[in-house]
Amino acid sequence: MLAYIIRRLLYAIPILIGVNLLTFALFFVVNTPDDMARMQLGVKRVTPEAIQKWKAERGYDKPLVWNAAAAGTGALTDTIFFSKSVRMFAGDFGRADDGRDIAREIGQRMGPSLAIAVPTFVLGLFVAISFALLLVFFRATTLDFAGVVLCVAMMSISGLFYIIGGQWLVSKVWHLVPISGYSGGLDAAKFLMLPVIIGVIGGIGSSTRWYRTIFLEEITRDYVRTARAKGLPERVVLFRHVLRNALIPILTGVVVVIPTLFMGSLLTESFFGVPGLGSYTIDAINAQDFAVVRSMVFIGSVLYILGLLATDLSYTLADPRVRFQ
Amino acid sequence: MTAFAIQSVLLWSDALLFVLIGVIVGLSLWASRQDALRAAWARVAKDGVAMAAATVLAVFVLIGLLDSLHYRARLEPQPGAPARYAVEVNSALDALLSDLRQRAEKTYSAPLATHLYAKEALADSTQREFPRLKFGGAHLGDNLDNHEFDVALRASRGLAGGLVVWLLLVALVRRVNGLDLKAVMEVGAGGTATGAIFITLLPIFLLLGLAISLGGGYHVFGTDKVGQDVLYLSLKSIRTGLLIGTLTTLVMLPVAVLLGILAGYVGGWVDDLIQYLYTTLSSIPGVLLIAAAVLMMQVVIDTHPDWFATSAERADARLLALCLILGMTSWTGVARLLRGETLKLRELEFVQAAQAFGVGRFAIMRRHILPNLMHIVLISLVMDFSGLVLAEAVLSYVGVGVDPSTISFGTMINTARMELAREPMVWWSLVAAFGFMFALVLAANLFADAVRDAFDPRSSA
Repeated sequence: MLAYIIRRLLYAIPILIGVNLLTFALFFVVNTPDDMARMQLGVKRVTPEAIQKWKAERGYDKPLVWNAAAAGTGALTDTIFFSKSVRMFAGDFGRADDGRDIAREIGQRMGPSLAIAVPTFVLGLFVAISFALLLVFFRATTLDFAGVVLCVAMMSISGLFYIIGGQWLVSKVWHLVPISGYSGGLDAAKFLMLPVIIGVIGGIGSSTRWYRTIFLEEITRDYVRTARAKGLPERVVLFRHVLRNALIPILTGVVVVIPTLFMGSLLTESFFGVPGLGSYTIDAINAQDFAVVRSMVFIGSVLYILGLLATDLSYTLADPRVRFQ
Repeated sequence: MTAFAIQSVLLWSDALLFVLIGVIVGLSLWASRQDALRAAWARVAKDGVAMAAATVLAVFVLIGLLDSLHYRARLEPQPGAPARYAVEVNSALDALLSDLRQRAEKTYSAPLATHLYAKEALADSTQREFPRLKFGGAHLGDNLDNHEFDVALRASRGLAGGLVVWLLLVALVRRVNGLDLKAVMEVGAGGTATGAIFITLLPIFLLLGLAISLGGGYHVFGTDKVGQDVLYLSLKSIRTGLLIGTLTTLVMLPVAVLLGILAGYVGGWVDDLIQYLYTTLSSIPGVLLIAAAVLMMQVVIDTHPDWFATSAERADARLLALCLILGMTSWTGVARLLRGETLKLRELEFVQAAQAFGVGRFAIMRRHILPNLMHIVLISLVMDFSGLVLAEAVLSYVGVGVDPSTISFGTMINTARMELAREPMVWWSLVAAFGFMFALVLAANLFADAVRDAFDPRSSA
């Protein structure tokens, strides 16, 4: 087991190097730092000196991968590639365009992101699986058909609609909770309620349908027929047998998401003014802060790879037959 | 030299769209000769829901195609000078809707309104009042008491017109096919669910009649901040949505198919390399990779203004680049599926027989493997469509979507979002954008489900 984990972690290294090279190519080779400087400074203030100054302030004035002027290892380390890309592996993300340390900013913003993402995730999973089991219980009836139609209709609605409509209805018409904002401590609940509920509702359509398909596939198996044949009530068949056996396909889709919860949701956070990582990313995109976007890409893929590993490990918990070599 | 009144313009996205249509026509000709594929499509055609969805989709595609025939109008000829053409690029849809396009008001007005949304100080009055619209309800003159009656009259006229056209169409089909109406309503000729098509056409014709009749005198969905008709904007958005939904898959498919088959069939280091490639790409969260790529593309476009002759070309280039980027991030899933399927096919008897006969590797991949993967390609094409249409709106909101000058559902929602805070609320452009998008995506989802059920061998049980 431990050997398996270590091997998987080692396997992640080339992938992370690939991600790193890709972002490096995207941010520094496709566009030279000069291009970025010109874009950031705007048309009016572009002078060679201004570009030089902009680059020097951000450390973009070094050679890309090979510094012929520096001595010894400096030829490799005193370059953009080393200072901007390689050091990401050590958790050093450098500074954002407004001068703040990105790593510290990420640490501060993780809390609010999790405060929204975790309840949304847990509640959404619970609600979707319950609905899916309900539909499967009433399978091939009008209720099942209506449920599927509702699911398809709900997944055809843009996520933006849920957010905008929910904000309008709950906050503007009913005046139940504040329209946006965030505060620490217990006070956060009144800000978190609406985004969590909207997040759950927005995801119900597609996930319920997905779980329903999984359960329906499982329900045709022989063990289910055996369970029914020995006289178990349908309720017990569903909860004790079908749910348990459907866990593997469910885990495949679900566990991989857990680590990425840190990243928050771009849309929800920016609509509700939550100072999390999602809104951080959106602000960076709008301000064209390349350093922040680059860091978030890197962190995102680290978390995703951790998620894949967690998925594989969760299989052993769900299904004792799964063994790793 | 005789100059035409118009000069046709072929934007890159138009060209690709026509290529796509050519590919679809070619593939359907090919498919019609394959028994298995014909049987699968016949299953789709028998499905009432699928045919209803296909009808709605066809209407959207028709609008999108009309909007893809671009031209530049000729300017007033100057004596002695060569013919010159306007900088503005218009489409056939613009020409059809020129009434809607040109009747711009000053700013917001509610649907079917006769007055502007905000009070203004009028020249001949000391009080601030709601100014009359220049075009909305202009035919009423000063006799505003008739407003509601006029709307009701036009609405019923439009509905009646739609109904009459529909009845004529049904009668025509009945005459041609020699079927009685009842048979048409149930299951039509050749097992196609014709009834579903006709039933879907009825509301479409009714809505069309309403829109034409009311749109002649009013702004059916109101006007936006700069006074543009929202109905016109919604119709123009359809092309953008369709393009993103289809071109993305088109640019992605060759890569995904080629790499997926290569990885699965050749194996060895090729397999390792391709797997590494798509694992790396798919390990970056989609939105972030798209955002990063779009930001970089923006820098490229902004630093090379000389590449594009007109602003329409620049917006078009950006739209294409967005499709390309979306395609690059989404080919990984299809490639993985195709690799898995190829691994299975490789061990089957007919492939091994071909190998034993000494058929070359690439011939096997092309003749024996590729045709057996087409159902996966088709399913992923239709399944991805609706997701991409929805993604466009989100990306445009995040600021990494289409060019702000491109009319799309995303840009409509993005500009309309701010207006909800106004008092009274400006809700119509948001509702129009979401409504059109919902109809398009719902139809696409229903159609995709039917296609998947018909083509997926696992679900045929």
